[in-house]
Parts: sequence; structure tokens; C-alpha cells
Amino acid sequence: MSPETPAGNVWPIWEVFVRSSRGLSHVHAGSLHAPDAAMALRNARDLYTRRNEGVSIWVVPADAIASSDPDAKGAFFESPQGKDYRHATYYTKSEGVKHL
Amino acid sequence: MSTPETTTQETETETTGHGDISVGVTTAGTSGDATASATRITPGNALRPEDIALAVSRGTAKPTEDVAEFALRLGDDALILAQRLGHWISRAPELEEDIALGNIALDQLGHARSFLSYAGGLNGKSEDELAYFRSEDEFRSVELFEQPNGDFAVTIARQFVVSYYQFELYRRLTQSADATLAGIAAKAVKEVDYHRDHSAQWVLRLALGTDESRRKMIHGFKVIWPYVDELFADDDLTARLAAAGAAVEPSSLRADFDRLTGEVLAEAELEVPQVPAALGGGRRGKHSEHLGYMLAEMQVLARQHPGASW
Repeated sequence: MSPETPAGNVWPIWEVFVRSSRGLSHVHAGSLHAPDAAMALRNARDLYTRRNEGVSIWVVPADAIASSDPDAKGAFFESPQGKDYRHATYYTKSEGVKHL
Repeated sequence: MSTPETTTQETETETTGHGDISVGVTTAGTSGDATASATRITPGNALRPEDIALAVSRGTAKPTEDVAEFALRLGDDALILAQRLGHWISRAPELEEDIALGNIALDQLGHARSFLSYAGGLNGKSEDELAYFRSEDEFRSVELFEQPNGDFAVTIARQFVVSYYQFELYRRLTQSADATLAGIAAKAVKEVDYHRDHSAQWVLRLALGTDESRRKMIHGFKVIWPYVDELFADDDLTARLAAAGAAVEPSSLRADFDRLTGEVLAEAELEVPQVPAALGGGRRGKHSEHLGYMLAEMQVLARQHPGASW
């Protein structure tokens, strides 16, 4: 997969996701410029795992990511507020259950 | 030839008492996935130059005269290349490549520090004494490493040759009868493996890119290739070390080097340049005209302010 090269001979932007250890999720670490996916992985390795931060890297063309609209914050994210019944807070913990 | 009475394991475990970082190192080895964290980062556990300096100062690792000379050669190669690559910082074509070259420079500097710390064990000299207080004719690096950066393609051509040579050398040195050499090589070979990949990626992209990038890549190899033969020249020292099982004859690396670089060059639709070999002589202290200027810049601060630290 290769994103379209922007005008002006500038390398396209890639978003970098790093998994720090087995069993954990990939977490967004930042972004970088690279001419193609293979170089993006290598640049990500050099930029975001040089202090032993990762065991796995994903790179994604920045323009392949669809993001939510910051202006729609109210409609998108404020509606769940106050809806306590969506949280498992009304249950009595059974005896002997340690991790709940 | 005797083998130093140390094992890699011993030098690796002696991590206490020299730097706060060892606190993180000793716990890193025992932390499994149970303690995994997305935010807590440890430096990891690996053989560091400080471990070698400590083993040398305690007398648990001491090179023979031949091994010390060999370590000096490899240490000087890496040191000179690190200094050259460091010049790219803030000057590379892109920020990302700036950091990539900087990382490679730091890897090479790490190898240099390890090799020089070990070489200094023969006469009680520190890595800094060897790096900053020897003159040009006392350096044992081959001429390839001191060749000027040129443009990006020249630097990539030099790095490509260096990385494939160092990989073949260090890969074999992991089996060295000298445990410290083997330990340094085992750490270095993984890093050099990445340097191979980095430079090969760029050889392909430059050679198969635009007309201009291809022209520059061809020029880069033409400039660098005269210094290839010196890498694989045997001499009395390497013959003795090979006989003792401490190292290998450089000439024995050539077939693998030719085959593996040949594969990349073929994919890049490049020919091996047909150029006469340079005279060479770096292992005997005879260098090209470039090294003296480099050393003047590299050594001036340490010589102006002996013992300074920052």
C-alpha cells in the first residue's frame, strides 16, 4: 500500500503504532515521513523504538485513517455522560472474587 | 595463544557499581510479561562497553598482544566511521534519515568503545586514551572507513560495503576462541544486520529511482569500490589469529561478501565497478590524506582540555 505522494516532492506522512510487549495492544506513537511502506517501517524503528520501546510496529498511511470530527464532540462523545447504568457499578461482588 | 579466563556470561552479569543504568538492567532480565507495561521502559540487557572496561580493570578479561592489535583494528574502523556518519546529523535529506544515520553512527561508536576498551586492556589504556591521544600513523583502520561522506549516495555506497563486510566478520567472530571478542561480535552482529538492510534499501531506491538518483548511486560505488580489496587482505597477524581460532582470515569473507552484495546490486541493476584497487595500508598506519583532518577535529577538544568531562 502506498499513499499518494503530495506535490512538491515531500514524502508522505505515516502514522506509527508500537506494541511494547507481547500481550499488549499497539499504541499510537507518532508520525513520520517516508517514501514507501518499507522505509516507513524502518524509519519508525529508528524514531520510535531506539530506547527499547517495542517488539512490533505497524505503519499506516496517514490519509488512510478516517477520524472523528472535532466539531462533533457534543453529539459524538458527550451523550454517554451520566448514563451510569452502562457501567457495571450496581452489582454486589460475590464472595471470594478477587479481581473485579 | 591463551584464552582470557573470562566468559561472556561473567562480563554480562557484572553490572553493578558503575552507573545508575545498571539498576534497570538487572531487573530487565527478570521482568517477564507479567510485569509488562506500556509506559515503563528499561534499557534492556546487553553487553556494554562499560562491562568490558570493568572486566579489563578487574583483570577478569585481558587480551593477548595479537588479540589487542586485532581489537584495535576493528575499534578504529568503527570509530572512524562513527565520526564520519556523525557529520550527517542535521544535514541528511530528511529528518528521518538524519536519525537513521545517527543511530548507525552510535551503533558503530558502541562497537568502537567495546573494542578499544578491550584493546586497551593490554597496556592499561582507556578507550579515550586510545581514541584521542594517538596520532594518525598509530590508527589501524582501513582506508574505506575514512573516505569522505560525499553526497548521500556515496555515504550509502560506503555504508553498504562496510555493513556487508562487518556482518560477515562479526558473524564468524561470535565463534572466536577469545570470549570477549565473541561477546562484542555477538552484540554487534545484530546491529550490523540492520545496517545492511538500511543501506540495501537505499541502494535499491537510488539505483531504481530517477535518472539523477541512479547516476549518483553509480558514481557512489565507483568512488568507494577501490577501497574494497583492502578489507579482505590477510597479513601475519590475521594468520596467527586464525591459527589460534581467535579470528578468521579476512580473505575467507570475500566469497560471501561478493555473493550477497552481488544479489543486491543485481536487483538494483548495477554492475560491480571495474576500478583499480587503492594502495591501502591502513592496518600498518598508512592512511589516505583524509584521516589527518578528521582526527584533528575529533581529538582537538580532548587534547585542549585533557580529562575534561561533560
